[in-house]
Amino acid sequence: MSILGNRVLRREDPKFLTTGGTYVDDLPLEGAVHIVYVRSPMAHARIHSIDSTEALRSPGVVAVFTAAEVDLPPMPPGAPFANPAMVRPWLADGVVRFVGDLVAAVVAETREQAMDAAELVLVDYEPFPVVIDPEAAAGSDILVHEAAGTNVVLRMPEDLVSVGMVPPEAATEPPEMFAGCEVVVRQRIVNQRVAPCPLEVRAAASRWDDGHLTQWTTTQAPHGVKASLAQIFGLADDQVRAVAPDVGGGFGAKIGAYPEELFVAWIARKIGRPARWVETRSESMLSLGHGRAQVQLAELGGTRDGRLLAYKLSVIQDAGAYPAFGAFLPLMTRTMLTGVYDIERVYFADTSVATNTNPTVAYRGAGRPEATAAIERMVDIFAAEIGMDPAEVRRKNLVGRDRFPFTTPTGTTYDVGDYEAALDRVLEAAGYSELRAEQQRRREAGEAKQLGIGLSTYVEITNGIPGSEFGSVEVLADGRARVRTGTSPHGQGHVTSWSQLVADQLGIAIEDVEVIHGDTDLVPRGVGTFGSKSLQSGGVAVFQAAEQVVDKARKLAAELLEANPNDIELDKQSGRFQVAGTPSASKTWAELARASGDGGLSAEVDFAASGATFPFGAHLVVAEVDTETGGVTLKRIVAVDDAGRLVNPLIAEGQIHGGLAQGVAQALMEEMCYDEQGNPITANLADYEFVSAAELPSFETYSMETPTPINPLGAKGIGESGTIGSTPAVQNAVCDALRHLGVRHVDMPTSPLRVWKAIEQAKGKS
Amino acid sequence: MIPAPFDYVRVGSLDEAISALVEHGEDAKLLAGGHSLLPLMKLRLATPSVLIDIGPVRELSYVVDAGDHVAIGALTRHHDLHHDPVAVSQVPLLSMVAGKIGDPQVRHRGTIGGSLTHADPASDLPAAVLALGGTLVARGPAGERQIPADAFFSGFLESALAPDEVLTEIRVPKAVGGHAYQKFVRRAQDWAIVGSVVARVGDRVGVALVNMGPTPLRALAVEQALAEGASAAEAAERAAEGLEPPSDNNATAEFRRHLARVLTRRALAEAGV
Amino acid sequence: MKVKLEVNGEAHERDVEPRTLLVYFLREELGLTGTNVGCDTTSCGACTVLLDGESVKSCTVLAAQADGHSITTIEGLASGDELHPMQQAFREHHGLQCGYCTPGMVMAAVSLVKENPDLDEAAVREGLEGNLCRCTGYHNIVQAVLDAARSSREGAW
Repeated sequence: MSILGNRVLRREDPKFLTTGGTYVDDLPLEGAVHIVYVRSPMAHARIHSIDSTEALRSPGVVAVFTAAEVDLPPMPPGAPFANPAMVRPWLADGVVRFVGDLVAAVVAETREQAMDAAELVLVDYEPFPVVIDPEAAAGSDILVHEAAGTNVVLRMPEDLVSVGMVPPEAATEPPEMFAGCEVVVRQRIVNQRVAPCPLEVRAAASRWDDGHLTQWTTTQAPHGVKASLAQIFGLADDQVRAVAPDVGGGFGAKIGAYPEELFVAWIARKIGRPARWVETRSESMLSLGHGRAQVQLAELGGTRDGRLLAYKLSVIQDAGAYPAFGAFLPLMTRTMLTGVYDIERVYFADTSVATNTNPTVAYRGAGRPEATAAIERMVDIFAAEIGMDPAEVRRKNLVGRDRFPFTTPTGTTYDVGDYEAALDRVLEAAGYSELRAEQQRRREAGEAKQLGIGLSTYVEITNGIPGSEFGSVEVLADGRARVRTGTSPHGQGHVTSWSQLVADQLGIAIEDVEVIHGDTDLVPRGVGTFGSKSLQSGGVAVFQAAEQVVDKARKLAAELLEANPNDIELDKQSGRFQVAGTPSASKTWAELARASGDGGLSAEVDFAASGATFPFGAHLVVAEVDTETGGVTLKRIVAVDDAGRLVNPLIAEGQIHGGLAQGVAQALMEEMCYDEQGNPITANLADYEFVSAAELPSFETYSMETPTPINPLGAKGIGESGTIGSTPAVQNAVCDALRHLGVRHVDMPTSPLRVWKAIEQAKGKS
Repeated sequence: MIPAPFDYVRVGSLDEAISALVEHGEDAKLLAGGHSLLPLMKLRLATPSVLIDIGPVRELSYVVDAGDHVAIGALTRHHDLHHDPVAVSQVPLLSMVAGKIGDPQVRHRGTIGGSLTHADPASDLPAAVLALGGTLVARGPAGERQIPADAFFSGFLESALAPDEVLTEIRVPKAVGGHAYQKFVRRAQDWAIVGSVVARVGDRVGVALVNMGPTPLRALAVEQALAEGASAAEAAERAAEGLEPPSDNNATAEFRRHLARVLTRRALAEAGV
Repeated sequence: MKVKLEVNGEAHERDVEPRTLLVYFLREELGLTGTNVGCDTTSCGACTVLLDGESVKSCTVLAAQADGHSITTIEGLASGDELHPMQQAFREHHGLQCGYCTPGMVMAAVSLVKENPDLDEAAVREGLEGNLCRCTGYHNIVQAVLDAARSSREGAW
């Protein structure tokens, strides 16, 4: 019987539960110095001088470095199309551009000594005016980068047209965009800036041995780190090794390598000793990339009977002070613009701008949650406007199950889906009509605590970045199997799932499958783990490598048993190749591996999928809103998700749970705030409303499995679905609870203050 | 983060603590559970040069029935106050409020004395002691004195304790009648955005507010209205009267005033006023 | 200054700076890196250990304050190869992903159940309010703790 699809307990767990994992800060590194960065307390200022005299005299201090000492080529640009004048210096080159910008590096024998000395570095700042509000950035005279002459980082669709990524006709708004629309609703929507908050903050350690660099780092993509280091230091492939040991979460923010991490290697080389850096949480909140940060103007038009005809979304993306991947993410918003709906006319525009804030990067969902939040919110506003049930409006406009592959007006081709089934399932599971009746009862009774029911039907793109992922399988002389994967798990359970894939095909016990990842010396190539790509790229590579190994073994067994390969069958119970009908004539994996010689029974695969996959689902949230205090209590979260075929439902559910919590947290709790001077005011975990167990109900999850034709496993991504689907469901629930009071929209996070203000404002109008 | 360096003095008795305070002067800070002080020191927002650890002074950890009142040793942990049978039966309000502070780990370390002397307007226990009309006992080189809770919170994070005084005991009247604490938070472990405490002590109704000004404070207008015979709902409307609450990311001053009224109305109702 | 304490049943004595936080004492002086640091505001609970059997955040306790006391970390929870029922429950319910919050979460949960095994879901959620997890959404953690509490009530630990 196949073990695929079984709830196999994670092989990773015993270590984490008994001794804890081995994260970068846990690694012993003989003789290493500690680095603490001096960061700017000002959002925008000129540095007149940096005085390190006192810091250098502080006990244990080895060195203090500023921009003047740095002899490295500039950081590679952080985003495609980004204005090259906005490149990030290693350490501030006379101007600081956000609170947290790197000013100097203090190197000392101990962490404590480096911290103490960092306080003694005296920096003379001349404050500049700041640009914080992204909506004001493009037109502002205040420039984040004087040399760029503008705060605009890139524009879509113009920049996409210029490289042929979208056809020229998409560059302008269709004439008569809203023709035939009886109703057009418009709404400014803020998809607020959030902090990714992996529980493990960033850390890096570097050691040089005779011109060879080893870098340990908290990353989702060690091969990317290796490539960056090789480029920066001019190293050959065999001169640099990057290692991701256990990594305590990433959520997109640990995909790209940060200057703080790469610079550790420069310091280690400069002083001739191993060096290590671990940030504090307060530092991390300032300078680990933030997510989302879009201001959207959405317009949705249709007919009074609920047919959606035209949709326009204009985005201002806050890229922060040094444009990184966040500047480019509106491309993903555009890709998923119309969601699960069949809407004929669309237009999308984006202006990504620099501001005096921390750069934005990918964060769980990365551009797609912003698309889903916008369209799902607008469908609810449209439904309210025409007085139709939001479930009904959705049903009328869903792309039908018979229309796949389906190409959207922005040119995205969805593989497969059954959106209406997901909607039906969630409505049934939640008891939708009973919920509406209870809502009606509370409204009529005028109770302080009103009920809101929020829906979200979503589709998202996974494995959306073209390219291949590496996987290999080797059977060892002792009969065990060794897997190498280019994915770099940090909580996703690849060791378990990849073992299942191999054990299932080879008939070798799961415990006898070793899975190696996260070390560029042990895994020749790799892309890493992000974008919900791992199973459908790296997992498939391992799966196919296992198939090839079985084929090789069959041929070898045929040779040794002097039989026709077609007559050789693998008995997966015993892990033996035997001649059909003559089980006594057989060869074990160990015998075959020994016979084939070193590495003989192995296969490497670089699997490139023919396209992306599109997981989908429907979420329903029941929220109780206290109309006197503005407080929101989540009563129920019901989620139907379809990620195609599941290799391990236990792990898949875990991914959904985590995604749901993060999506809910954005809708209800979290926002990374700056004041008007650019001072962060939610810069630690006491002030930043990181959601805890006490604010969440248990999740009611249901799984659908519509396999994708895109890959042999039929698997789609699952890491981000929960986040993408749940955010608008929560926001819609909160708004729905207040609709009868005249409230049309509440921006996220739907905090008590915002809810109360919205009610007060509606009262004022009536 | 790691605190800036300091000298550490451990004392085994109250007298030793007072002597150490006298010896080290104003740069010294008493360390009890450390859950108000150490977080500030880790962020280097507080940099005392000497810490006097009174944690080992076990004689200051108790809850006793003292006839007309309950006496609580200043080093009584929130966790112990929450579970103490005397507190539970004689001042259930205080026991209940102690159970709402921070999280279990914080309650295992934090003490009532530490919480009161820190005098944070956003803290829970100061408001409860105010509502109950408690008395604080302090000891210094000159001996012992009693400070009414009303006179204890003198400014933002400032108490009436002299630098060489130690808070030793908190006395609260027995209050077995209705009581309530309406703590409004976004996240369970957070400080209250606004809180309203109601205590019925004999015929008197004490009402105190959390995070409605620079200090923990009593809602005097509410108490007065009730004393004059106003209904609970009418009295609650006066909860924010004369107060200047702070504005921050979670609430504007105006929203805090509104919350104070709503929460006080609810607390009064819950307390059966 | 000299600090002497018992960790996981073993006596240890070290000479440290007074400002040494218990978590760094455990990690750096004793090499017990299972206990993690996740924040600097006593918020996340990743550093939770047991002090005389009760959960505390070891980032907010001086090593000096723990002098003479007994500490249990994640490394000291299992009996030999046999997982503690709480560890076992976390495994069976998939209550961990990246593993970073896990040691602190498990220790907090052990303390919670020891104080009162008669817990319902709301009590577990409230009881874990001081421990943050970014991966699991808490759902499976809550299930694990409820399961372990059940086994505790049945006398399994």
